[in-house]
Amino acid sequence: MSSIPDISLILLKGLKVTLIVLVLSMMLSTIIALVAGLSRVSNNRLLTGFTKFYVEIFRGTSLIVQLFWFSYALPGLFNIHLGSDIWVAVLAISLNYGAYMSEIVRGAILSVPPGQTEASIALNLSRFQRMRHIIIPQAIRMMLPEYGNYLIQILKATSLVSLIGLTDFLYYGNIYRSTHLTEAPTVYILILIFYFLLALPLIGFTRKMEKVAKKGVVHG
Amino acid sequence: MEEPIVQYKDIHKSFGDVEVLKGIDLDILPGEKVALIGPSGSGKTTIIRLLMTLEQPTSGIIEVNGRNLWQMTDKKGEYIEADDKHLRSIRGDIGMVFQHFNLFPHMTILENCMLAPTIVSKKDKNEVRKTALEMLDKVGLSDKVELYPNQLSGGQKQRVAMARALMMRPKVMLFDEVTSALDPELVGEVLEVIRDLAKAGDMAMILVTHEMDFALDIADRVLFLNEGVIEEQGDPREILVTPKSARLKDFLVRFTTNR
Amino acid sequence: MTWSWEVFIETIPLIFKGLWITLGLTIACYLFAMIAGFFWVFMSRIPIKPVNWLFRWIAEFIRSTPPLVQLFFIYYAWPVVPVIGVTLNPFVAAILGLGIHFSTYTSEVYRSGIESVDKGQWEASTALNLSTAQKWRYIILPQAIPPTIPMLGNYLIIMFKEVPLASTIGVVAMLHLANDYGAQYYKYVEPLTVVALFFLLLSYPSALLISRLEKKYNRRFDKKTATL
Repeated sequence: MSSIPDISLILLKGLKVTLIVLVLSMMLSTIIALVAGLSRVSNNRLLTGFTKFYVEIFRGTSLIVQLFWFSYALPGLFNIHLGSDIWVAVLAISLNYGAYMSEIVRGAILSVPPGQTEASIALNLSRFQRMRHIIIPQAIRMMLPEYGNYLIQILKATSLVSLIGLTDFLYYGNIYRSTHLTEAPTVYILILIFYFLLALPLIGFTRKMEKVAKKGVVHG
Repeated sequence: MEEPIVQYKDIHKSFGDVEVLKGIDLDILPGEKVALIGPSGSGKTTIIRLLMTLEQPTSGIIEVNGRNLWQMTDKKGEYIEADDKHLRSIRGDIGMVFQHFNLFPHMTILENCMLAPTIVSKKDKNEVRKTALEMLDKVGLSDKVELYPNQLSGGQKQRVAMARALMMRPKVMLFDEVTSALDPELVGEVLEVIRDLAKAGDMAMILVTHEMDFALDIADRVLFLNEGVIEEQGDPREILVTPKSARLKDFLVRFTTNR
Repeated sequence: MTWSWEVFIETIPLIFKGLWITLGLTIACYLFAMIAGFFWVFMSRIPIKPVNWLFRWIAEFIRSTPPLVQLFFIYYAWPVVPVIGVTLNPFVAAILGLGIHFSTYTSEVYRSGIESVDKGQWEASTALNLSTAQKWRYIILPQAIPPTIPMLGNYLIIMFKEVPLASTIGVVAMLHLANDYGAQYYKYVEPLTVVALFFLLLSYPSALLISRLEKKYNRRFDKKTATL
C-alpha cells in the first residue's frame, strides 16, 4: 500500500501539462472574448453577424464534443498539425470559453448607462476615446467577477485533456488507479484537492473583484 | 387604576457599539393613544420594533398584559429566552403598520388581508372574506380588492396595510412613520383612516410620527424622545404648545421652520 | 481522410438513438440537482457558525473542482471505499456525480432568489404572527422562486451540454455512440459533427426561449420591487 506522498508525487507529474493548458487557455480565451465582445457591439453588421454565429455555435455545443471534434478534424479533415495535442486542447477550450466570455464583455459594455456616452459626446470625445477612457474602464469593473468565475470553469475544463491523451493529473491518476484498484479513493481525492488548490487563488480573485465591482460604477 | 396593557421596564438596546435606547420606562393603558416624537436616530422606531419582536432588547423587560414578552419560564421555573411559540402567543395582541407598507406583492389586496386570519387564526375562509371586504370598505378601497399592490398609489397601499393589520383585531396597534414614504397630497387620506380608528376608541395605539398637528389632535399623550431617553412626556397641548426642556423647544422650532 | 456525406447521413439515425438517453439523463441529473440544491441552502441557514462554514466550503470545493474527476470518484473509487462503498451502474453514478456538482450551482440560484426578497416582507409576516414555516411557504418562496426560473432554465441547458461527460464512465449516449462508430470504421469527424448538430439544434432554441423568459420575469420583478 503506497502512502499519500508517493501517490501525490506520481500525480504531480501531470502538473506541468495542467498548468500549461490552463495558462495558455486563460490567455487565449481572454483575447478571443475581448475581440469577439467588442465585435458584437461594433457598427459593422457583417462583423457582428459573423461573431454572433461563432458565439452561438460554440455555446450551443458541448466542450467535450468540440474537443474530440478538433482532435480528429484538425489533422484529418483540414490537415492542420499544431505540433502538439496541447494546442488542440488550448484551442478547443479557448474557443469555447472565449464565446461564453465574449457575452460578458458585450453585456458589460451595454450596461454602462447611456448618460456616460452622452456626457462623453458633450465633452467632444471621439468614439474611440469614449470607448478607451469612459466605457471600457467602467465595463471592465463590472465584468471582472464573472470573468473570475469563468477562469474557474476553464480550470475545471482542463481536466478533459486527458481524454485526448494529454498527460495531466487525471491521466496519471487513471493509470495508477488501473493497477491499484483499491487506492482509487485516495487517487481521486488527491486530484480533486490539487484542482482545488489551483482554484483557490481564482476564488480569491473572484471574491475580491466582486467587491471592486461594487465601487466606481454608475448605478442606475 | 387600570392595569397597563404594555409595560417597558428599563429597556436598553444597542446595535453593535451604538446604544440607541438608554433605559426606557413606559406604560401604555388599554385604548390609550400615544405619539412618539423626536429627531431621527432618537430611538422612536426601535421602541415599537421591540414590541413587535422585530428586534430583541439588550436588557430590560417588556410585558404585554402582564406576560413577559422576551422571556419565559422553563420547567424548573427559571427564566429562559422566549421561543417562537411563546412569542407567537403574545404577538397576536399586537399589530403594526410600516413606513414602506410591506404589502405582499404576489397577492391581491383581498388576499393580503385574508392571509393571516385564515392561516394563523385558522378562521373560516368565507367568514374571513366577509370581514376583509368590510374592512377594505372601511378604508375606502372596496373597488380595489382584486388588484395587486403595485397597481395602487402609496396612500392606497398604506390603507390596505392598515386593513390587513386590523384583520387580526390587535389590542395594540403600532404605526411606524406611516406617512413619511408618501407623496404630500396622499398623506391626508391615510391620517383620516387613523383618526377614525382613534375615535373608535378601544384599541391602544402607538404612533411614531412627524405630523405634529395630527399628534396634537388624536394623542392622549405625547412622548419626546432624544438620544435614547424619554426627555419629556405629557398632555399633547403641554408638550407641543408649552414645551419645558430646551431640547424639545429646539426640536419643535427646527421642525416647524423646516416645513 | 476526407469528409464523407454518406457517413454523415448514415450516422444520423444511429446518433439519434443516443439523443433520448442524453435527454433522459439530462432531466434525471437536473431534477437531482434542483432538489439537492435545497440541501445546501438549508445547511447554510443553520444558525451554528462552524456548521455553516464547513458546508459552505464543501460546496465551494465541489463547485470549483472538475465534474469529470468527481464522476470518476463516484464510479471508480466509491465501490472500494470501506464499509459505505457500493458499486453503481454508470447511469446512477452520472446522476449522482453531475447532480451533486450542479446542486452547488442551483443552491446559489435559490440563495440569490431568497436574498432578493425585501426585508420588509419578513417583518410584515412577523407582525401578522405567521410561523416560520408559514413565512417560507406563503411569503418568501412564492416571491423568491419565480425570478430564478430563467437562471434555472439556463442551468438545464448547461446540464444538457455537460451530460456527454458520462460517456467517459460508459453511459452509451450520443457521444459514446459517435466514438464507438469512429473506433469501428475510423470515421470520427462525421459522427461527431452529427452529435454537435444535435446539441446545437436543441440548445440554441432553448436558449432563445430562456432569454425571452428572462426579459418577461425581469420586467415583472422590476415592477414589483420598485414599490412594494
